Amino acid sequence: MVEALTNFFEDLGMRKIPEQLEFLLTPENIPFAIWETLYAPLLATVLAYVIGLPLGILLVTGEQNGIRPLPRPLMQVLNTVINLLRSIPFLILMVLVMPLSRLILGTSVGTMATVVPLTVAAAPYVARLVEGSLREMDRGVIEAAQAMGCSPWQIVTKVILPECKPSLITGATNAAITVLGYGAMAGAIGGGGLGAIALMRGYNRGQTLVLYVAVIILVILVQIIQSVGTALAVKTDKRIQKTNSKKEKRK
Amino acid sequence: MIEIKNVAKTYKSADGDFTAIRNINLTVEDGDIFGIIGLSGAGKSTLVRCINLLEVPTEGDVLIDGQSMLSLSHKELLAARKKIGMIFQGFNLLSQRTALGNVCFPMELAGVPRKDAVKRARELLQIVDLGSKENSYPSQLSGGQKQRVAIARALATDPKVLLCDEATSALDPKTTRDILALIRDINKRTGITVVVITHDMKVIEEICTKVAILDGGVVAESGSVEEVFSSPKTEAGRRLVYPDGIPFEMLPNSRVIRVVFNGGTAYQPLIASLAIDCGVKVNILGADTRSIDGKAFGTMLLGLPESESEATRALAYIAAQKDITVEEVRDYRG
Ligand SMILES: Nc1ncnc2c1ncn2[C@@H]1O[C@H](COP(=O)(O)OP(=O)(O)OP(=O)(O)O)[C@@H](O)[C@H]1O
Ligand SMILES: [Mg+2]
Repeated sequence: MVEALTNFFEDLGMRKIPEQLEFLLTPENIPFAIWETLYAPLLATVLAYVIGLPLGILLVTGEQNGIRPLPRPLMQVLNTVINLLRSIPFLILMVLVMPLSRLILGTSVGTMATVVPLTVAAAPYVARLVEGSLREMDRGVIEAAQAMGCSPWQIVTKVILPECKPSLITGATNAAITVLGYGAMAGAIGGGGLGAIALMRGYNRGQTLVLYVAVIILVILVQIIQSVGTALAVKTDKRIQKTNSKKEKRK
Repeated sequence: MIEIKNVAKTYKSADGDFTAIRNINLTVEDGDIFGIIGLSGAGKSTLVRCINLLEVPTEGDVLIDGQSMLSLSHKELLAARKKIGMIFQGFNLLSQRTALGNVCFPMELAGVPRKDAVKRARELLQIVDLGSKENSYPSQLSGGQKQRVAIARALATDPKVLLCDEATSALDPKTTRDILALIRDINKRTGITVVVITHDMKVIEEICTKVAILDGGVVAESGSVEEVFSSPKTEAGRRLVYPDGIPFEMLPNSRVIRVVFNGGTAYQPLIASLAIDCGVKVNILGADTRSIDGKAFGTMLLGLPESESEATRALAYIAAQKDITVEEVRDYRG
């Protein structure tokens, strides 16, 4: 079978096929690469939400006509820092953040070490995504909650977040996919995973077949994340009549 | 009792300050259904939002049962708001909660145990006639049903006051009447004080006992609905009560009189009896009459016949009727 495949690909003009096939067909190589591709970005996304979600909430609630206005200078600093971090290209940010990785993890190389720059890059992005979701919300509902004697904290936890849940899930899907892309880039400075394989083997060593396989798996991973995210967002959104009428029928 | 004392609200913005309301003095007695009517931009929403301090007045004070709202601490204000229900033109329900969940919401805030809250919420949904819809989400309800849920939600914490900001403006006439009937019913049953904001005369007629006309940020006139609507004293009042103006089709040289119905038990077929009893035909130039609580109110503009003797006879006949006053309009120009 290996021979047949070798002939097939070599007929297509690819070279060094046996070596590539050996790598691809070794049982643990690809699954391990997938794991490395996923865990660092997903961990970074979670951490980015730990930082970015409160920041995004503050960006909306802290406004002058928000539910809990914060001092104007504070808001300006917050906005500027977020914009600053977002304007640094990720490759450069990775290098800049290396000392921080060393400080936190004791190392600046390896897949785990990419979590730090990924988080730093994703947190401001997440803050803006969250801000966008919250701004879409109907202000009237917040007003009604205020009229009922809701405290600002209750408005955030009991009104804004539950009301924005579908939109926040959509945002989180976006964030995860973007960070996955960054993570693949991190292969350039010592991260592992499909990105590193595509870069090191596929591009640097001319292993075209490995390159294609790595990219195709990345595409599939993104498709899966997107589909799951969209399905979850639709499923939780009670404003969408279609899913609800189904539920109604079941009763 | 709600006392609005010399309240003014000035909005500050980049392009200058804007005083939306000023010199507002109103008293709403317990159990009243008090209407505040005015054209768009008159400051109605601003005024009603000053009552629960969603908008902080820049001047004056609001007293509820003698308690100054402005002197409350933040915590006390949150507690006070739980005793003031509010409903809105846009319903403002939580879209991700069922009808039941929405009604439970204010009780959740107040720390009512879940089981008790659900029980009370079910009762309230029964009262607003939505018992069968407790598991529906707002997106599955009609406008009228959404407003019923909002009413149930507003009543959940047993408030003493219900504020309605254009609560029926997004609804069709039939649904409007149903919702108004519901509010009146709840008022009768619980004695809750209701403040109704509207730009629609019919809403005031339908349920209010007292009315204030808001015009350009000030109260143009206020009083009982009968009083204000039967003979509006101000230009703003007349504009509201006769929105289409008084049609004009006057014969040359004839005198014009205004006949005011002051609440006789029913309309006298005045024009017909004029023709029969004294053989005089008059021109109806305009009429705006309505019945409030079964009594007739409103005015009618009549062009008298050119013959002086006929005119005098008609005038004497009308003046002799019960519950009708008549005055000559000298500067009538339509
Ligand atoms: N937050 C605000 N900042 C500045 N101006 C405002 C603000 N809210 C209201 N206004 C102004 O105050 C005036 C009164 O507004 P308000 O909403 O009270 O009117 P309204 O009588 O309720 O009108 P409508 O019937 O259209 O609801 C308007 O001219 C409006 O532009
Ligand atoms: Mg308004």
